[in-house]
Order: sequence, then C-alpha cells, then structure tokens
Amino acid sequence: MLQRRIPLVIVFITGVLMSIQYFIPHPVSQSAYNIALTWFRGVSSMAYAIAVISFVRHHSRRLKQPQNSFYSAVALAAFLFMCIVGFGFGIEEGTVFYKMYLNVQVPLQATTFSLLAFYMASAAYRAFRVKGFEATLLLITAFIVMFGVTTIGNYIPFIPKLTEWLMAVPNLASKRGILIGVGLGMISTSLKIILGIERNWLGG
Amino acid sequence: MRKFLIKLSKIERRYIYLTLFLALTLPLIFPPNFPQKMSPTVKSVFEFIDTLPPGSHVLLSADYDASVLPEVDPMYRAVLKHCILRGVVPIGMTLYPQGAVLALDAFKEAEEYLGARRDTDYVFLGYQAGFQAVILGIGENIKNVFPKDYFGTPIDSIPAMRGVNNYKDIALVISFSGSSVPVTWVIYAYSKYHQKVAAAVTAVSAADFYPYIQTGQFVGMLAGMKGAAEYEYAVRKIMKDEGIEKLPPAKAVKGMDANSIGHLLIMLFIIIGNLGYFASKRRK
Amino acid sequence: MHISTDPWVWVAAILTLAIFTFLYKDNPLFKFAEHLFVGVATGYGLVIIYFNAFKPNLYQPLFVEHNLLYIIPFFFGILYFSAAIPKFSYMMRWPIALLLGIGSGLSIPLSFQTYIVEHTKSTILRFPYPNAALFINALILFIGVLTVLIYFYFSYPHKGAIGTISRIGIIFIMIGFGASFGYTVMARFSLLVGRIQFLLGQWLGIHTVM
Repeated sequence: MLQRRIPLVIVFITGVLMSIQYFIPHPVSQSAYNIALTWFRGVSSMAYAIAVISFVRHHSRRLKQPQNSFYSAVALAAFLFMCIVGFGFGIEEGTVFYKMYLNVQVPLQATTFSLLAFYMASAAYRAFRVKGFEATLLLITAFIVMFGVTTIGNYIPFIPKLTEWLMAVPNLASKRGILIGVGLGMISTSLKIILGIERNWLGG
Repeated sequence: MRKFLIKLSKIERRYIYLTLFLALTLPLIFPPNFPQKMSPTVKSVFEFIDTLPPGSHVLLSADYDASVLPEVDPMYRAVLKHCILRGVVPIGMTLYPQGAVLALDAFKEAEEYLGARRDTDYVFLGYQAGFQAVILGIGENIKNVFPKDYFGTPIDSIPAMRGVNNYKDIALVISFSGSSVPVTWVIYAYSKYHQKVAAAVTAVSAADFYPYIQTGQFVGMLAGMKGAAEYEYAVRKIMKDEGIEKLPPAKAVKGMDANSIGHLLIMLFIIIGNLGYFASKRRK
Repeated sequence: MHISTDPWVWVAAILTLAIFTFLYKDNPLFKFAEHLFVGVATGYGLVIIYFNAFKPNLYQPLFVEHNLLYIIPFFFGILYFSAAIPKFSYMMRWPIALLLGIGSGLSIPLSFQTYIVEHTKSTILRFPYPNAALFINALILFIGVLTVLIYFYFSYPHKGAIGTISRIGIIFIMIGFGASFGYTVMARFSLLVGRIQFLLGQWLGIHTVM
C-alpha cells in the first residue's frame, strides 16, 4: 500500500488539481497555484540527493574491485574536492571552484562530445549509401543544406534562398507533422500518469 | 579505375580522423575570412533587441552546458554585449546548474570589454531548480523565484531590477539551449503569459524549431555556429563603429571558416564512399 | 606563437588530449579523465544546487524566516534520502509523485495550446493569399503536414489511397531528415572546431585562431 498506492494517490490529486486550476480564475485557485509552484521548486532543489547517493554508492562498491578501484577513487576524490572548495571558499569568479569547473569539467565534457565529429565523418563515409529513391532525396537535401549553412554557400547564387525555402516549407511540414504527433502523445501520457494507467515511473 | 574507387572507399578510419583534423585545423591557422551574411531568423532577433528602448529588460536563460559550448556560448556572449551596447538590461539566469558558471563567465567578459557594471548594467540571478515551476513562477512574481541573485544580494536592493516584477516588465526571453528547453519556455511563458520568446540553439535542434518560428511562438532563432557567427560579426561591427578598440575573440566567426571546409570534406567522403559502393556493385 | 604559462590552461589542454587518445583506443589515461569528469561534475552540481536552489528555496524560508508553509516541501525533499536505506527506499517515490503530478497537471492544457492549437491554426489554408508564391508554399505545407500525420497513423494498413498518401508523407519526412542531417553535421563539427580553437588559441597562442 505504502509502496504503490500512496504515490498514485499523490499523482492523481495533484494532477487533477493543477489541471483544473488553469480554468478557474478565482483567488483561491490562484493561491493554490502559487503554493504548488513554491513546493515544486522546494522539492526539486532536493532531488539531486538521489544522484549523489547513487554516485557515492556505485563508486564505493567499485573501490573493492582491483581493476576499478583506482578510477573510482579518482571519481570520489574529485567529488569531495569540489564539495570542499565550493562550500569552503565560495562559488564566485576567481575561486578554485570556478576555475575547476572552467578548466576541468568544461574541457572534459566538451572534448567528449567533440569525438562525435570523428565518428560522424567515419559513419558518413562508410554507411551513407544511396540505395533507393528515399535515400537519394535525403542525400540531395542534406547536400543543399550543408552548402547553405556554410559561408561558401553565400557565393553560390541560388543556394541561400533554396536552403531557406527547404527549411521553411517542406522541412517545416515534416517537423510539424511529427510535432503534432508528439504533442498528442505527451498529453495522453500525462493523462495516463495522472489516472494511474502509466506506472513505469514507480519502478520495479 | 573500378579497383581504385573500391580501394578508396575502404580507407582505414584513423586516416579519416587525421584528414578531418587537418581540414578543420588549417583554416583556423590560415583563415580565409569568409564574410558573414545575416539570415532572416537571426535578423529577427537582432532587430528586436536593436530597436528596444534603452532601459528595457531582456531575460537571457543559459540553459546549456559544456557539451554545446562552441555553438551556444558565443551566442550568449554576443547577445549579452548587444544588449549592453544598446542600453538594454540583460537579466541572466539558468535552468541548468552547469549553465551558471558559463553565464557568469560571459558576464565577466562583458565587464572586461564594455565596462559593464553588475546590478546597474546587468543582473545575474544564477540557477534555480524546478524548470516549469521557475518559468511559471517568473510570470507571477520574479522575486518569489529569485529572492536573491547569484551573489546573495536581495533582488529588491538591485537598481537594475527596479520595476521588474514579472513577464509584463520583460521585453524578450531568449533561451540558449542544446536541447528542447526553448519549447518549454514557449509552453509555459508564451502560451500562458504571452511572453515573447526567442531561441538560440545548437544546430541539431534548429531544424525542429522552424514550425515555432512560422507560428510566431518564437520571435526568431539563432541556429548553431552559423547563427552565432552572424550575430557575433554584427556585434563586433557595432563595437568597432562605437570606437571600441579592444574587441573580444571572434570564436564563432573564425570557427565557421573551418566548419565550411569541414562540410566540403564530409560531402567528398560521402561521394567517395558511394562511388566505391557503385563500383563494387557493378563488379558483381 | 605564445604558449600559455597559465597552469589551469595546461590542465585543460592535458585533459583535452587525454580524451582525444580514445580515438586510437581505450586506455588508462582516458579512463582517468572520464572518472575525473564524473566526480567533478557531481560535486559541482551539488554545490551550485545548494547555494542557488536549496538555500533560498527551502533553508532560508523555513529555518531563518520560520515560514511553516515550507514544512511540506521540506518533508518531501527529505524523503529523497531514503534512497540510501534499501528497506525504506520506496519512500523516494512520494516526492517523485508530487513533482510528476504537479508537472503533468500543469502541462496538459498548455501543451495542448502549444503543440496542437497553434500549429493546426498555422497549417490551415486561409484565403485570400497576397500572391501565388505564398499560396503555393501554404499548400505544400498543408499537404506535407497532412500526409506526414497520415504516414504515422499505423492503426490502418498503408494500402490503396492511404498507401499513396503515406508515400507522399515519406517524401516530406526524407526532406526533413536530410535537413536535420545537414544541420547535425555543422553541430558536430562545431564541437570539434571549438576544442581545436582552444588547443591552438588559448594553449599554443596562435592568434589567428580566435
């Protein structure tokens, strides 16, 4: 009961209340709305606790494995260091916390994502094959757009206008069709969650 | 010839990586300096800010992290400087924790190059948890959402925030993002409070946001490094026209030169790959 | 060329090169950098959320200003810590339920307005059009949206007239994906260009780069 019923009741009550309050301009409804927003921000500010607990538990367990212990020790030490410098010396410009973020986290994260450029080039070279009408259409559009987004494309007379038209008409039509479908899916999923039909979020 | 094409389509991946690296590096060292022409979606945002009366407020939400840094960060810095040059007060905030220090660094750059003063010429509110609750909360009263700024100063005592209570006092919200956060701003700020919203996004999301421009839900859009380069170029021109000698780095403008060469290389790779594929098909 | 003397820039450059070593193959240097990133990122998040979100949203109103309205969100927030005790970890679902309920409830009417009403309004043909070009574009848009929506309706077999309409929808979808691919290439390359600019510009001091 405690494990599944109470969360479902909470979702139902809050979901229904927040849905109907949108249509009720009465001051009581407005107060309830403001209180709900305040509570939402308050609870959200503590949600990170789950991430920290999972992180610490995962890497503490890995400390016992010889092949992973060094790396998990690095992760835990880095976490502790950031907490100490952040809580101890502040987060303003010029602090160690600020410099650690800009010179450790930013380069690491940016470089990890930059590897995608290499993989994309390799994939385009090996896998992008013109097999059929649809693939040809995709390739021609991609080539026109690639020319159009580069500064070189500005030198070719019709490319900027053709790119703009492709983005603003057929691409728009395609994305809008997908978007309307996504919107309908989102609304139905929200309703299913509120009514307790969708329960995947409760976990195992 | 056929054997050559087949062989050409089977080059080892590490040579592909090296060729790509050189194709992107050489134009940076020997820049071709291609000119930048502003596209219509970027122009909409630029002209909106350019024509705002001095003293207006624009909310710049740094909803991005380092994974999209080279595309979105130059946009944030350029728009921020544009606001300050036109006497518009930029209010910085973020819905992502990682955006806080990135945005702070952008404001520090504005202090260095334009002499902008905190709390007078700009305000930095920092991060706030709650996503849609933050966006909706600003529509009711921004002081409830951000009682203090990033540095702990109470909002009521910040001169630049005088008269700013909610969206009615904010001319434009620009969401700088690597994902679909600008749509969240449209759902909650535009649909409920009719707040004007613009998007400054990574190129991956840009193609998906054209429907929102056509409906008017977005005032305009800066898309990818190209959008950043166009805006950066225009802002640097304003700075030169105003006689500012020390100019900030033109990362996006220089980056687009290299990007353009990279695009040509990718097209060449695709063509070579397909020529080899057709040659091997013919042999069978 | 003026190589940087700032130790922090050297730290950033070494870590950047450590990640790039993965292109050759997975190695201890990359693993070290990867785990360092995870640790620093988690610590950063915790500190920023404490100062910017928890302190002004909960700590200050409840413990300094003694506003009892904040007891309930604080109680729900504390339940997140039940994740550390396996016997009581089910309580973690209660604050998740609160956020999910409020979020879903808020989003239904506004999502309907954003995704359905506005976009349907903008797709419908509205006569008269000032010129032929605008009319043709509007017609293409109308046909495109309709055919794409029909393509994604899988409850009816795509045969006969529906099959033909779906084929037209596929054409629009392929154009849309081609456009997305073109933009994605720029996005991915931009990420790499940014790192090269850092290495050549800030680290090695080649001034033409930035």
